[in-house]
Amino acid sequence: MSSDLRTIRELAEREYKWGFVTDIQEDRVPKGLSEETIRLISAKKSEPDFMLDWRLKAFRHWASLESAQAEPKWANLRYGPIDYQDITYYSAPLQKPTLHSLNELDPELLRTYEKLGIPLEEQKRLAGVAVDAVFDSVSVATTFKEKLAAAGVVFCSFSEAVQQHPDLVRKYLGTVVPHTDNFFAALNAAVFSDGSFVYVPKGVRCPMELSTYFRINAAETGQFERTLIIADEGAYVSYLEGCTAPIRDANQLHAAVVELIAHDDAQIKYSTVQNWYPGDKNGKGGVYNFVTKRGKCQGRNSKISWTQVETGSAITWKYPSCILQGDNSVGEFYSVALTNNYQQADTGTKMIHIGKNTRSTIVSKGISAGFGQNTYRGGVKILKGATGARNYTQCDSLLVGDKCGAHTFPYIEVKNATARMEHEASTSKIGEDQLFYLRQRGLKPEDAVSMIVNGFCKRVFRELPMEFAVEAQKLLSVSLEGSVG
Amino acid sequence: MSLLEVRNLHVRVGTREILKGVNLRVNAGEVHSVMGPNGSGKSTLAQVLARRESYEVNEGSISFDGKDLLQMKPEEAACQGLFLAFQYPVEIPGISNAYFLRSALNALRKYRGEEEIDAVDFLPFLREKARLLDMDEKLMNRSVNESFSGGEKKRNEILQMAALEPRLAILDETDSGLDIDALRVVARGVNTMRSPKRAMVLVTHYQRLLNYIVPDFVHVLVDGRIVRSGGPELAMELEEKGYSALEGAGAAVVT
Repeated sequence: MSSDLRTIRELAEREYKWGFVTDIQEDRVPKGLSEETIRLISAKKSEPDFMLDWRLKAFRHWASLESAQAEPKWANLRYGPIDYQDITYYSAPLQKPTLHSLNELDPELLRTYEKLGIPLEEQKRLAGVAVDAVFDSVSVATTFKEKLAAAGVVFCSFSEAVQQHPDLVRKYLGTVVPHTDNFFAALNAAVFSDGSFVYVPKGVRCPMELSTYFRINAAETGQFERTLIIADEGAYVSYLEGCTAPIRDANQLHAAVVELIAHDDAQIKYSTVQNWYPGDKNGKGGVYNFVTKRGKCQGRNSKISWTQVETGSAITWKYPSCILQGDNSVGEFYSVALTNNYQQADTGTKMIHIGKNTRSTIVSKGISAGFGQNTYRGGVKILKGATGARNYTQCDSLLVGDKCGAHTFPYIEVKNATARMEHEASTSKIGEDQLFYLRQRGLKPEDAVSMIVNGFCKRVFRELPMEFAVEAQKLLSVSLEGSVG
Repeated sequence: MSLLEVRNLHVRVGTREILKGVNLRVNAGEVHSVMGPNGSGKSTLAQVLARRESYEVNEGSISFDGKDLLQMKPEEAACQGLFLAFQYPVEIPGISNAYFLRSALNALRKYRGEEEIDAVDFLPFLREKARLLDMDEKLMNRSVNESFSGGEKKRNEILQMAALEPRLAILDETDSGLDIDALRVVARGVNTMRSPKRAMVLVTHYQRLLNYIVPDFVHVLVDGRIVRSGGPELAMELEEKGYSALEGAGAAVVT
């Protein structure tokens, strides 16, 4: 076992290869948070009054929570206090005010995305994935806009949506995650600077995968993006987000909100590959990732499916959830969360069954390596009227080495006796016998571990769009490096 | 030079000495059988040869193809051409048998500086090997050893041996738990693998396997020492008289 631990350590010392910084001129507001900051952000984005009012309302709520010290502390996470006045809430790459084509984009930015493997030039897109790229606080490019527009699909930055589709924004913003939902949701509502907006009209099947790529570049800057996706009756959309950040010694705050709304017979598939900078091997630096993601299956027979691969961030606090309001609606949550070195994750989901014959599936795979702490937190609620509701939960933890931890907090609340609930859970350790077997066949210890872990996560990877599943597997191997024997 | 040369091997697990001075010499092209009662140290010998690290070698040496085997990590020994068919094959959930085998083969090829084989070329190659062992193709797409029957697991080990084409194969009680049909299939696989360039060591409790695979040499391991060595006729003698006749004969070491 001692040699396994050695290998784990070696693996953990692998570098984060997305950690470079782009040297680009920024337009940023001064550090700190006040009504002034909110007004400044809103003005910079030339927002209509309803947006400013909404932000100010959220800010006042957040300020009251902050002075009451109501930052949530119930999660199984340990970190020092966050100084909300020591953060820059808006930073944007300085560039020409309006872009007519990608050719006008700062070449330094384009190079950054190329380095990250995110080709923005449309002719290079082979997979047919439309990409929106958010750099620090603002969206810098959205590809394939015209093709999508022809199908009637709106896919643009949130700022653009506020200008071009204010009625849709006004109708849906905050209807799934109100600004009063929690501390970080309130903060986001006050200061969010950009994000993606998707509207898929009645009966339209979105002709391609939609994807947003988030990048924090500037130092001492928080990123607060907000994404809103609406699938109208009978619509279908698959959306993927990816995230990276440079290596920095200081912790950076990321507090995002995602709202999904599915009308009758609509389906939304939302996939995340989260690889924010996790901090170094001693736990220095890294992104604090406090995210509120929630989908509402508002219509009958609607379906919302979350798939997440969480390998980055020093702290992850995230519970993509489903409100199953429409009869026969379906909620799914597939998750792989990996914590290595000193990373901590408290993640899981909530499934709220309101409508009749609503079904939910939860498959959570937690992997802890190094000194990593991994917590699954789940809430399944069957309300009184949810006759015939069903839930299946599978929650597995895998430990790599003997310094890490796995924790599980499943809450189940059933108020209707017709409900059918299944809960399976397991905790296992990568066995010395498994490692020896694979090594005897010629595999290096790190390849053996990565094979075992990938096998463990297979059920979740199956849910990812093909090209991203391959990426996720590679990412997992890299994130594990230095972790195992 | 022998392919494998074990000299005066002493092995300890915790405070207990399991192997107490084993000597064994195996040349390319030979099939050896190491027989012995339960607890005699047969499996320990197999595991030490495959470089399992939980065993402490406190005396003696092992050379494999002229190199010091005790300096090698398990994967290095494997890449040098040493293969162990496990007594208890391990399950790897979520990884298909075919993918696992291709990864293993490519690890060996990479080590030897050869080109890796892609999925398209690998499949027909694997099918051919599977046919030899009467293995259902569906097993290739199932997770490694997961929900395999005992017989399927053992056949899977032989399939891996056939695919990886080792220079030295050690079969640790491959016959245990097999019915007579499975035993025949396994034996056929082993017999077709016999070659002047390859050596095999069959570790077994029973003489039964040797009805199907006739070894060149038989060694009897009792209480951590090889007490008798001989030809195939020694196995027959053991079958008649049992191991008890040889117990306590540890002093009369034959090398």
